[in-house]
Amino acid sequence: MSESIKAEVVIVGAGPAGLCAATGPVVASRSVVLIDDNPRPGGQIWRAEKGRTEDLAGRMIHKLSEHENFRRMPGTHVFGIDGNSLLCESPGGDVRVEFEKLIIATGARELLLPFPGWTLPNVFGAGGLQALVKGGLDVSGKRIVIAGTGPLLLAVAYYLRSKGANVVLIAEQAPRSRILRFGLGLWRSPLKLVEAVWYSAKLLTTRSVYDSYVVRAEGDERLRSVTVRIGAKTETIECDMLGVGFHLVPNTELAELLGCEIRNGAVVVDEFQRTTVENVWCAGEPTGISGLESSLLEGTIAGSSAMGAPDSGRFLRRNRRIRRIADRMNRCYELREELRRLADNATIVCRCEDATFGEMSKFDGFRAAKLQTRCGMGACRGRICGSASRFLFGWEADSARPPIFPVRVSSLAGED
Amino acid sequence: MSQSRTYDCVVVGAGIVGAACAMHLARDGFSVTIVDERGVATGTTAAGMGHIVVMDDSDAQFALTEYSQRLWDEFALTLPADCDHENCGTIWVAADGEELAEARRKHDFYKTRGVRSEMLDEKTLREAEPNLREGLAGGLLVPGDSVVYQPRAAAEFVDDAIRNGAETIFGRRVVMVTNGGIEFENGDRINAGNVVVAAGIGSCDLVAGVRIRRKKGHLVITERYPDFVSHQIVELGYLKSAHSSALDSVAFNVQPRATEQVLIGSSRQYDIDDPAVDYEILGRMTRRAFEYMPALANLAAVRVWTGFRPATDDNLPLIGRHPEMPNVFLAAGHEGLGITTSAGTAAIIADLIAGHEPAIDASPYDPARIF
Ligand SMILES: Cc1cc2nc3c(=O)[nH]c(=O)nc-3n(C[C@H](O)[C@H](O)[C@H](O)COP(=O)(O)OP(=O)(O)OC[C@H]3O[C@@H](n4cnc5c(N)ncnc54)[C@H](O)[C@@H]3O)c2cc1C
Ligand SMILES: Cc1cc2nc3c(=O)[nH]c(=O)nc-3n(C[C@H](O)[C@H](O)[C@H](O)COP(=O)(O)OP(=O)(O)OC[C@H]3O[C@@H](n4cnc5c(N)ncnc54)[C@H](O)[C@@H]3O)c2cc1C
Repeated sequence: MSESIKAEVVIVGAGPAGLCAATGPVVASRSVVLIDDNPRPGGQIWRAEKGRTEDLAGRMIHKLSEHENFRRMPGTHVFGIDGNSLLCESPGGDVRVEFEKLIIATGARELLLPFPGWTLPNVFGAGGLQALVKGGLDVSGKRIVIAGTGPLLLAVAYYLRSKGANVVLIAEQAPRSRILRFGLGLWRSPLKLVEAVWYSAKLLTTRSVYDSYVVRAEGDERLRSVTVRIGAKTETIECDMLGVGFHLVPNTELAELLGCEIRNGAVVVDEFQRTTVENVWCAGEPTGISGLESSLLEGTIAGSSAMGAPDSGRFLRRNRRIRRIADRMNRCYELREELRRLADNATIVCRCEDATFGEMSKFDGFRAAKLQTRCGMGACRGRICGSASRFLFGWEADSARPPIFPVRVSSLAGED
Repeated sequence: MSQSRTYDCVVVGAGIVGAACAMHLARDGFSVTIVDERGVATGTTAAGMGHIVVMDDSDAQFALTEYSQRLWDEFALTLPADCDHENCGTIWVAADGEELAEARRKHDFYKTRGVRSEMLDEKTLREAEPNLREGLAGGLLVPGDSVVYQPRAAAEFVDDAIRNGAETIFGRRVVMVTNGGIEFENGDRINAGNVVVAAGIGSCDLVAGVRIRRKKGHLVITERYPDFVSHQIVELGYLKSAHSSALDSVAFNVQPRATEQVLIGSSRQYDIDDPAVDYEILGRMTRRAFEYMPALANLAAVRVWTGFRPATDDNLPLIGRHPEMPNVFLAAGHEGLGITTSAGTAAIIADLIAGHEPAIDASPYDPARIF
């Protein structure tokens, strides 16, 4: 049955950004509700990691929970907006959460791009594969290729090796020279952001190539090999699994539903993390991919700003600096032209509705393609094929519509 | 860009109605251009339910829907499979004795006019649709009704027109319709012997004196649930509520999609311009549906959307010649039946333009009645 609650500050996302955003207002005795769709706190990075860092999210939650003015709603999806209320589906039923101030800290997802064979069993997103292994998938002794782009690849490869996997190749599409130049520019600012670069030192024994990308995955019932373009050569590599991701895409759907301005796929904010909509803040990856450290800072800044506390200029300055580095990092992992041409006409682009590259490419925009091929109409709501189409065809994704996650029809029904 | 060419016909609007008109006219050998400010099926047509249904609110409505359904059955023979035309039939559900009497009346109405239908009692109703709750009085099965995925069908009609020589101009807004053609924002003109205004809710901006109101509707679509429903199911209470223009209303209406998804409707609200989901009426609509089909509550909904039905004051579409501009034809105001009645509309318009007698008496739809 539906329930209604109210809070002064409501935060969506219990990753690093959301947890930091909660701290200030909770300590200042404001009523705070922290919503996350996962049962466990910590977001993509803290939730995932075992040991010290996972304890950190747990410890933060524990500390926050000592305050009576704090309420946590784990396992709860925010799927829509009705005025100043978030419409949520929780394990116990549907809940309306009314906010005075809202902080959106919804993180990012991987960009997946289609190529022949990418829908074969045992082909995963790189971060997705890591998550599965954390969830208990056994990879010991498995031959795995990690491919795509971005610092996440090295982090994933490192993690999989630590779980006994045989990582046979890491294929990064960006040119080595670009990454080296970027890496060298960082020696003065050893930020968490590029922690992954540090992993490379530990991955010396793994074959690691640049200017390289998977052109095809082969197999019948499941993956058997991948064909990789390495520089000017093409090589076929036998493997049991492929983890392939092309860096990250901000989760902006909730901000879009609220009417916040979105530019280049990211939520527009000022230096206090205020969006273009009154009483709505945004922190972390949705404002542009810039990694853990920026998520921590932006969360803290948004929390202070939302409760009207004075801001620490030091945080603002530091965040500006990190964001500049992040911009450089994102440019360094810019996707190469060839990736637009990997899919052939029969390659599926929208996995929910089986819409192919050939069918979709006949149209001149996502909306027309969607109406005619149903791409983006499935359960993932175009999160995957919408982002892919942006790169493949240069299409603006269709505007976000409720529900942003599939929900039980009863959750739409509300109260009598 | 300036247009110097003169066409036999220009069709304004590439919704299902304009698309069907263009197809007919091009098949009949006219030179046609079809204009839309966005593209094919981007207006109300994108939002509709695609139920092709014979209705009995009035004799005029019956005649147009029945004629249209026959034409759709003909199209269906050649429509590509991905238009998802399926002859699933309609079940009109009677909750109580009063509604069962209504079902019987409907049965007789159809029978005297040669439309097949079959009374269902409590038991045969639940056999036909096991997810309906127990205790409903019965219903009426109309096996000839169908469903279609209308955005694809509209695109197919436009492609058919193109195969017969038609041209398209998409992405440009028409600002004026005259007896000799149309004009765009920048002053460019297209000259045409006949102008067909099939601009849906936009038609009233193009032709003075036309009043078309927006009747907003909500729909919900679920994930795939094979065999959850097998007919389009509509409550008979719908007849009491749907056409009262004073009040917002909701009605139980579900449709099996070829994709195995379940489409849940519907709501009606007058004169609202905001397309945003209205959770108050969405709540009423879904709860109404649970009253008939409780298991719907536990299905996963993947999308909710809204659309604006183009409603005339007398609930009949405007189909025919403008009384003062003899080269201008109206094909607009199809309210909640435009997917169905696009077929009959297009046939009537093509006949009028060619100077033939339409196959059904078109006088009830003659726009002259509103001027
Ligand atoms: C698959 C994946 C793996 C990653 N692995 C690493 C890694 O190993 N190392 C690394 O340094 N970085 C990793 N990252 C990068 C990561 O984005 C950042 O390091 C960091 O987690 C960002 O913190 P955040 O708080 O901004 O977002 P997140 O940590 O992503 O937190 C956002 C939270 O909001 C929740 N959420 C989103 N929308 C809703 C909604 N509508 N309703 C309810 N809850 C919602 C999400 O489920 C998530 O728990 C990974 C990213 C991804 C996508
Ligand atoms: C929720 C809902 C459920 C429905 N269910 C059904 C059903 O089950 N069965 C059924 O038969 N009907 C149903 N309908 C009704 C049906 O969808 C409409 O009657 C039909 O789509 C109207 O088609 P149209 O071509 O007249 O209008 P539209 O589809 O709106 O097309 C008009 C076109 O004209 C263009 N246009 C407008 N102004 C201009 C201009 N100035 N210049 C250039 N172009 C212009 C627009 O861009 C648009 O593409 C439903 C409607 C709704 C909202």
